Amino acid sequence: MAATSNGKANGATRWIGTRPVRPDGVDKVTGRARFGADVHLPNMLVGKVLRSPHAHARIRSIDASAALALPGVKTVITRDDFNDLSSEFVPAGEMLVNYRDVVRNVMAREKALFEGHPVAAVAAVSEKVAREALALIDVDYEVLPHVLDVVDAMAPDAPLLHEDMITAGVEPAPTKPSNIAKVVEFKLGDVAEGFAEADIVIEREFSTQPVHQGYIEPHSCIANYSEDGQAELWCTTQGHFVVRGHCAKLLGMDVSKLRVTASEIGGGFGGKTVVYLEPVALMLSRKSGQPVKMTMSREEVFRASGPAAGTRVWVKIGMTNEGRITAGEAVLKYQAGAFQGSPVQPGCMCAFAPYDLDHVKVVGYDVLVNRPKVAAYRAPGAPQSEFAVESVVDELAKRIGMDPVELRLKNAAKQGTKAAYGPTFGPVGLVETLEEAKAHEHYRAPLKQGQGRGVASGFWFNIGGETCATLNLGEDGTIALVAGTPDIGGSRASLCLQAAETLGVDVERIRPLIGDTSTLGYTFLTGGSRTAFASGMAVVEAGKDMIRQLCERAAKVWDIPVDAVEWADGEARPAGSNAGEFDPLSLADLARLAGKTGGPFVGRAQINAQGAGPSFGTHIVDVDVDRETGRVTIERYTVIQDAGTAVHPSYVEGQLQGGAVQGIGWALNEEYIYDDKGRLQNPGFLDYRIPVCSDVPMIDTVIVEVPNPTHPYGVRGVGETPIVPPMAAIANAVEDALGMRFMDLPMSPPRVLKALEDARIAEAA
Amino acid sequence: MRYEAPETIEGAVKLLAGGGPRGRVLAGGTDLLVQLRASMIAPELVVDIKRIDETREIREEGGRLVIGAAVTGAELGEHAAAKAMWPGVVESAELIGSTQIQGRASLAGNLCNASPAADTVPALVAAAAQCRIAGPGGVRRLPVEEVCTGPGQLSLDDGEFVVAFEFPERPPHSADAYLRFIPRTEMDIAVVGAGVSLSFDDSGRCAAARVALGAVAPTVILVEEAGRALVGTECDDAALQNMAAAASAACRPIDDKRGTVEYRTKVAGVLATRAAKIAAQRAKGAR
Ligand SMILES: Cc1cc2nc3c(=O)[nH]c(=O)nc-3n(C[C@H](O)[C@H](O)[C@H](O)COP(=O)(O)OP(=O)(O)OC[C@H]3O[C@@H](n4cnc5c(N)ncnc54)[C@H](O)[C@@H]3O)c2cc1C
Repeated sequence: MAATSNGKANGATRWIGTRPVRPDGVDKVTGRARFGADVHLPNMLVGKVLRSPHAHARIRSIDASAALALPGVKTVITRDDFNDLSSEFVPAGEMLVNYRDVVRNVMAREKALFEGHPVAAVAAVSEKVAREALALIDVDYEVLPHVLDVVDAMAPDAPLLHEDMITAGVEPAPTKPSNIAKVVEFKLGDVAEGFAEADIVIEREFSTQPVHQGYIEPHSCIANYSEDGQAELWCTTQGHFVVRGHCAKLLGMDVSKLRVTASEIGGGFGGKTVVYLEPVALMLSRKSGQPVKMTMSREEVFRASGPAAGTRVWVKIGMTNEGRITAGEAVLKYQAGAFQGSPVQPGCMCAFAPYDLDHVKVVGYDVLVNRPKVAAYRAPGAPQSEFAVESVVDELAKRIGMDPVELRLKNAAKQGTKAAYGPTFGPVGLVETLEEAKAHEHYRAPLKQGQGRGVASGFWFNIGGETCATLNLGEDGTIALVAGTPDIGGSRASLCLQAAETLGVDVERIRPLIGDTSTLGYTFLTGGSRTAFASGMAVVEAGKDMIRQLCERAAKVWDIPVDAVEWADGEARPAGSNAGEFDPLSLADLARLAGKTGGPFVGRAQINAQGAGPSFGTHIVDVDVDRETGRVTIERYTVIQDAGTAVHPSYVEGQLQGGAVQGIGWALNEEYIYDDKGRLQNPGFLDYRIPVCSDVPMIDTVIVEVPNPTHPYGVRGVGETPIVPPMAAIANAVEDALGMRFMDLPMSPPRVLKALEDARIAEAA
Repeated sequence: MRYEAPETIEGAVKLLAGGGPRGRVLAGGTDLLVQLRASMIAPELVVDIKRIDETREIREEGGRLVIGAAVTGAELGEHAAAKAMWPGVVESAELIGSTQIQGRASLAGNLCNASPAADTVPALVAAAAQCRIAGPGGVRRLPVEEVCTGPGQLSLDDGEFVVAFEFPERPPHSADAYLRFIPRTEMDIAVVGAGVSLSFDDSGRCAAARVALGAVAPTVILVEEAGRALVGTECDDAALQNMAAAASAACRPIDDKRGTVEYRTKVAGVLATRAAKIAAQRAKGAR
């Protein structure tokens, strides 16, 4: 099945860049794969959550006596079952979480802060009984005024979510509480000076709506707490070690007493980096003494998990008549949801990252609103700020009649560019993606009457972090690869390829497994596009560890010094003066001899992966706009992105396509609709419109490979960058088609039609 | 809950009449089962009508098409005569849901679920289809537009159910068309639907026109003014504009998560125009 890559950096590798069938493929296609809800245990109970019907309310009291009296109900838990925790920030994906907030998010304490906020949970013998029990729990609420919009929430008279919230990051500290949790600022040079050099200055204000990650598999878990204080948890998550840490903290357990297994995962996109049901299921299991399974309905997923932050972004950019950008300034206001911690900081850092600028200033506000606490969503924070910047850059290009790709090339960040957020870039591939875009047939193809074309670029940092991996050599020479990063995008295939390359063995001889939290050392979650990079690095290290052991063993067999043994093409060979003296010993030979020569072979690595290379991408899109209905149709779409090295090109392409499609949904249709009481009106895929297959064309991809020097095979993360450019690319294309710029997302048919009608009326007047 | 699957009309009527207000007809179940699972309804009796031959047949009776109440979208889509006579009705049925839903969803279910956004209903109304209704008092006929009286409300009496849809005779130079607007391309609920049926005389003038709109009022509406704007014309741009204006003027929509009043009103005229153009084109092609 292996075919060679279309985008391979060089021909020196044998496995990297090939496209074997994914090891998890058959089980997924046949339905054998076990996802979060696919495990059943003897004596299992069903857990259900009672959720606040109010967007903002003080909880005066909770009376569960009637529910507890219902036959079949085993236990009910409320805020009283969880110990309060003090303020302590810990990393979760690319964002931070605060335990004081996590305990309140999984079970409301003083107040319900959004519609859908858990206020109690029940464990019962059946789903039906659990539902009946929920209806019997009496919660006395004092309904409070609520606020949903970020600008409204910043107003001095806005209802306060947390009465003691004093804005951090402002000197001197404010004396009055507000919904602004934090203000951050990034500066490079002096923007006043930069704007003084400009011939043209454009400033615009943009808004984006919160959007849900839209994973198809809802949150689900099963907890089994035993009498001796140990517990097992099976759940769908991007990071079971992180889940273990959070749950142990909330339940007051030692991490060693909690074993968490990550199920197969039906999508996460950042949204499964936090805990919702898991601590609740554990608490229900602890109190009832029985296993408890909990699965969210789609409605619950929408009301209480995700989304990405809704934002208001103001951008000002100055440029010379020759197309040199002289300064960029932005103010970002991001919704955090009910608890602090929006991704406004990465939003600020990414805003101008694609440009080599001397003068930049970005200020960001982290703002609380009565919505679910935002969770990471592919490149958290970046799509919103880069949408604004890439829209203004497009307008600047139009203003001076310069091709927008050319303008970007003129100002592109490259190796040596000092980014406004601090670091100086190593080798990065933005220029290469822009050159590919310019040369691409798509960019020159004629457009039909009424259509428009847009381009935009995007940036994401990518991360590394704590990672373990093990390679266990079987007695027949095949290998079990154990990684600790759940596979959400084909990473098991990519890890096997890296191991195969390192060891010089057929990839089919390596079988991957995502180990539970007791099988490996602490491994950070799958997020930040780190898995192919960091777990890949760990696998390569583990491979080298095993090669070292194999060479030692061969040296012992041959009775020659170990430095006279080399490993090549999957076998130990005598080298140097001993070259040719002995027949090589293959991996299988050595495996067979293991018992007689010193015991089993296990390659191990425990690393803190550093030097994740950022990834840049450039997207080209053609749209058609129906002037009478306002519908925007995506006619053609090309994603060009730097992958460093595409380990398994099909899965890189899949990432690029998936990111683009999610971006298309964000741009055109996705939004939360609330009534005047702050209750969500569209908690389902019928009215929360992620694109369906027939909504999008085949997304073309071009993989650019500018190897990341810190990774042994040049890998960069690729999973997040592709969701960054679509919104601006599409808005730029719509502008090209209509001569009208949309600064508010989504560009849904009613909004587009209204803008067209308003323009017609204005023209007639 | 009791499930029954009678094989005769009389058997079904008897069950339904005896079942009281908590008896429900089951055709394809693509609405009914969803509502059951969501605990929106809790019937005591479910009467499956799919074993009754009359509900499953597509027949021609003296040049008139008769479509059984429980005929599915997929079956209709493969019926050459139905497609030739009523392409608009057939395309409206084929729009429902996905391939899986197509194997189940019926015209009567679509009508009797009584949603103002039901896709086949504007096409059926434009086609001047009549329901053949069986009940304790025998069989009666009712124009499709008189079956629903409001969202979720029917003018059927206890014990009555729809057996089939009867279509009028089709003169030469006639055709119909149905269009809906949804923000996606499938798996969505109509924000506006427009069914248009046209007949032309030998000289190419419009002899009869019916325009019906969905999702713009509590029930699907037949817009007689819109039809009148076309009769006697060649369906030229000016006539179509008048028709569109009449269609928009008849809209009484609500603002909701699926569309605004302003949007629905405007797009109703647009879709009616486009559907009329398609119907006219088809009518000219059809002899
Ligand atoms: C995924 C999905 C997508 C869908 N997409 C669409 C769409 O695009 N457009 C659209 O319009 N609808 C759509 N629907 C709704 C539904 O499929 C249609 O309304 C369908 O036509 C219902 O037909 P049915 O035979 O399944 O009805 P059923 O569910 O069997 O019945 C619906 C209702 O009508 C009553 N009823 C059924 N037959 C009779 C009868 N002969 N006499 C009296 N009462 C009767 C039932 O008691 C029930 O109240 C969709 C549904 C799903 C689940």
